[in-house]
Amino acid sequence: MQDKDQNRDFHHALTVHDDLCIGCTHCMTACPTQAIRVRKGKAIISANKCVDCGECYKACPVGAIVVEQDDLEMIFKFPVRVILIPSVLIGQFPRKIMTSSIYNALKEIGFTHIYEVENTVDMVLEASRQYMHQHKERPMISSYCPAIIRLIQVKYPSLVGNIMRVNPPIDMSAMYYREKLKASGIAEEKIGLFYATPCAAKIASVKSPVGEIESAVTGVININFLYNRILKFLQRKYTESEPPHTDELLSSRGILWSLTRGEVIHSNGRALAIDGIKNVNEFLENIENQKLDEIDFLELRACDESCAGGILISGNRFLTVERLKNRAEEYKAREDDKERKLSEGYIDISKHGFLGDIRPRPMGKLDEDISNALKKMERQRRIMCFLPGFDCAGCGAPDCQTLSEDIVLGKAQITHCIFMQQQMIKQNLLSQSQAIRITENIWGEERLEKNCNKSGAEDENN
Amino acid sequence: MQFRHKIAGGNFAKAGNVASDVKKILRQLNIDHSVSKRVVIALYEGEVNVVAHAYSGVIEVEIDEIKIKITITDKGPGISDIEKAMEEGYSTATPQVREMGFGAGMGLSNMKKNSDEMKISSVPGEGTIVELITYIKPYAG
Repeated sequence: MQDKDQNRDFHHALTVHDDLCIGCTHCMTACPTQAIRVRKGKAIISANKCVDCGECYKACPVGAIVVEQDDLEMIFKFPVRVILIPSVLIGQFPRKIMTSSIYNALKEIGFTHIYEVENTVDMVLEASRQYMHQHKERPMISSYCPAIIRLIQVKYPSLVGNIMRVNPPIDMSAMYYREKLKASGIAEEKIGLFYATPCAAKIASVKSPVGEIESAVTGVININFLYNRILKFLQRKYTESEPPHTDELLSSRGILWSLTRGEVIHSNGRALAIDGIKNVNEFLENIENQKLDEIDFLELRACDESCAGGILISGNRFLTVERLKNRAEEYKAREDDKERKLSEGYIDISKHGFLGDIRPRPMGKLDEDISNALKKMERQRRIMCFLPGFDCAGCGAPDCQTLSEDIVLGKAQITHCIFMQQQMIKQNLLSQSQAIRITENIWGEERLEKNCNKSGAEDENN
Repeated sequence: MQFRHKIAGGNFAKAGNVASDVKKILRQLNIDHSVSKRVVIALYEGEVNVVAHAYSGVIEVEIDEIKIKITITDKGPGISDIEKAMEEGYSTATPQVREMGFGAGMGLSNMKKNSDEMKISSVPGEGTIVELITYIKPYAG
């Protein structure tokens, strides 16, 4: 069904836990790329359409969408265990908890070196300036949020050329610290570089990087997992041991970087910041129609309140933003305004600063061949005449339009529509028992049976 | 394959809806995005022109294996001097329309730039017909 390019294995960090999935429609209708269907009572995510934004994770009422992560034990294979923490990790904790206590907790968990992801934002800024100077496409779209890059690849292929191919802070920092540690005499194989991720998209981008050959990150640990471990540690009485290795590169710019407007404040021209995948979708739809080339820069983030709203952030996103803004103010008061040049020169921006080619991988094509595609489209439009058009999702697809597309692609039948079933039963084209079998195939055999354990039913908490 | 959309004059909030629909269709038909980008930009400009100047209009989109043909027919004031209207920066838009960010006088020239063939005919006081053709594959002549 898909061409060779699309068949390439795109790594996704979101998977459905079949034992927990109750086969409802929440994730399916929340998905911004119509990547989910329900079959045999379980949600299935299509790898070619998923952009790892995490909307399904947020929508799932039973926690059946899981975010993969590497086993923490994996870090102990390395004598030098680096954790790269984004500023939103610190931002989740109440103000009274000192950053140094959090560092201590991370050391207790097993990390020897603790660096903040945003330590290298000045390099990202420098690379961005060079890129904007050398490339004339406008508006330039930030490469910061991996879910947005993937969204553009699948849904707005004509805008792929507008993505600013600059390495985001996590990749810049991973390369920087790997080189720095090597320069201090540590053998490469002894260094394990781990990233504390606030979202699924970052995991996916580390595991199968877009526009990059290989990530400098060894593994990924989810922030919510670390958050719980840190809290547990802080509740205990502990004696301060020797502090872990850190450095002093963090700036107020870095602290604010992952928040909404964290990038646009550095833009010289006309720049806009948009957060929330629905808002981004609406805006991209617009700029594909008009030539908005008088806008120079777009900062687009999939989550509401950007990374503070990441799906793996346990703290309240608004309080996280507040704490980070306060932290930035404190830093600002004691820093000179000059950018840090990271003068040690462990990495070279011209070599490490930029991403490789980002290719469009458009979804939703009906056929490679235009004549066949036209025929399928005519059929699809005819099918739409019969479907009820109120998008109940009873067919196991998110809406009627998507069902009609699935039908012409041979992935579904018109009898999947429960209203079509009624019509056909009325006209003796389908028997009652056939209709039941179809419904059971989509929603599972037990679906039509009494079940008092569901939310709102008699035994909901049992 | 033929699509027909009606548009009402004066409703800027809806300008761009036809372009969005057509964009989705072209994506489904696996039309190269460099082609669809041009078609969508030209169509969007045409849509805005109807909304900005005319009382009502109809957009017809015909797609076959070779080309995408868009015909925009409106009822409106018409264009008295087509040659002048084609010039970049020439605009008869009202200050209110310009205030909204439209009417910069680039519409027709953008449409010409973003299509392979363009024909305009107009009867002042009655309306305008714009025909845009874009070839799906580089025209082999």
